[in-house]
Amino acid sequence: MFLWFHKLGSPPHFYRIAGKWIPWLSWIFLAFLVAGLYGGLIEAPPDYQQGESYRIIFVHVPSAWMSLFIYVVMAFCGAVIIIWRMKLAEVVLISSAPIGASFTFLALVTGSLWGKPMWGTYWVWDARLTSELILLFLYLGVIGLHNAIDDKRVAARAVAILALVGVVNIPIIHYSVEWWHSLHQGATVTKFDKPSIHWSMLLPLLLMAIAFQVYYVLALFQKCRVELLQRERNSKWVEEL
Amino acid sequence: MTPARKKRFGLIVLMVAGVAVGVGLALKSLNQNIMFFFTPSEVISGKAPNSKLFRMGGMVVEGSVRRPGDGLTVQFGLTDNEQQVTVKFTGILPDLFREGQGIIANGRLNDSGEFVAEEVLAKHDETYMPPELADMKMGEGN
Repeated sequence: MFLWFHKLGSPPHFYRIAGKWIPWLSWIFLAFLVAGLYGGLIEAPPDYQQGESYRIIFVHVPSAWMSLFIYVVMAFCGAVIIIWRMKLAEVVLISSAPIGASFTFLALVTGSLWGKPMWGTYWVWDARLTSELILLFLYLGVIGLHNAIDDKRVAARAVAILALVGVVNIPIIHYSVEWWHSLHQGATVTKFDKPSIHWSMLLPLLLMAIAFQVYYVLALFQKCRVELLQRERNSKWVEEL
Repeated sequence: MTPARKKRFGLIVLMVAGVAVGVGLALKSLNQNIMFFFTPSEVISGKAPNSKLFRMGGMVVEGSVRRPGDGLTVQFGLTDNEQQVTVKFTGILPDLFREGQGIIANGRLNDSGEFVAEEVLAKHDETYMPPELADMKMGEGN
């Protein structure tokens, strides 16, 4: 197990494995995306209060989940970078940042478009919306800081610290709707209680969540491969390719 | 783990814990400002600012929605199941506005203790279900 992990951490090995996985992941992603979209937009019934407009949750909720998940992955990589100085963790961290920023942006935009007809406003400064916006700035901060430092190994350590500090925002986002009065409603699925959503809507939502998760791994592998080639362009294994 | 790695691990834990405590204390002291709205009970007990704009959230009391005058002006009671405040609003209501619905109104209190809203937002709950099922549940409730 440890040996496998150790092997995966070596850039040429990871480059090969990721390249093999990419076509498979593409098909899995496509299958879940089609099933989720068909289930969500065609099969699922309209909501008793919101009618058809609620269907935006099939994009909004999975992207919001991913925005939190990717940040936690980045913080974990940050810890690995600082403790073990592992090169692959540096690559995973910096390759995750633009993907996470995109999901955060998507969650904010879809939520805003849905907010206008339902709440009556595009944006309010309530705890949930504000903390999610801060998450977007954290992602942009990670990208900016990484680009500002030329030595990529030094940059990775600076970015690791930023990612670790920002991780305190994650529980704040999740619990913001419980700790404070907010306009955003409470959790529907991610709570210890039974989900308060009918199964006919929950099923496509979960399919979409899996599709987004697979997409993250797929995009991450592609970005990591490019990043690895750039960083290791002078090494022997890249020349042999 | 080697001693050097153990030390770095300890530093990380210390750093994250320190930031968490700092942010926690800051948020706690800002609690009143992060609260998005006041409940009707808080408004009646005088916790809300007096002559300034603030938000009040609660449920629209069943059977309390009236349209006096020109039709654009709406008057309704807002409750948190303990106290009730009368809200007046002139303008367009969001789609989800109905009796029994949770809403948030932005406005100020007038001299007679009524809340004059400049903006009304609907807060919907976290429940999603098909309309037929909702009808059945309503039937059980009656």
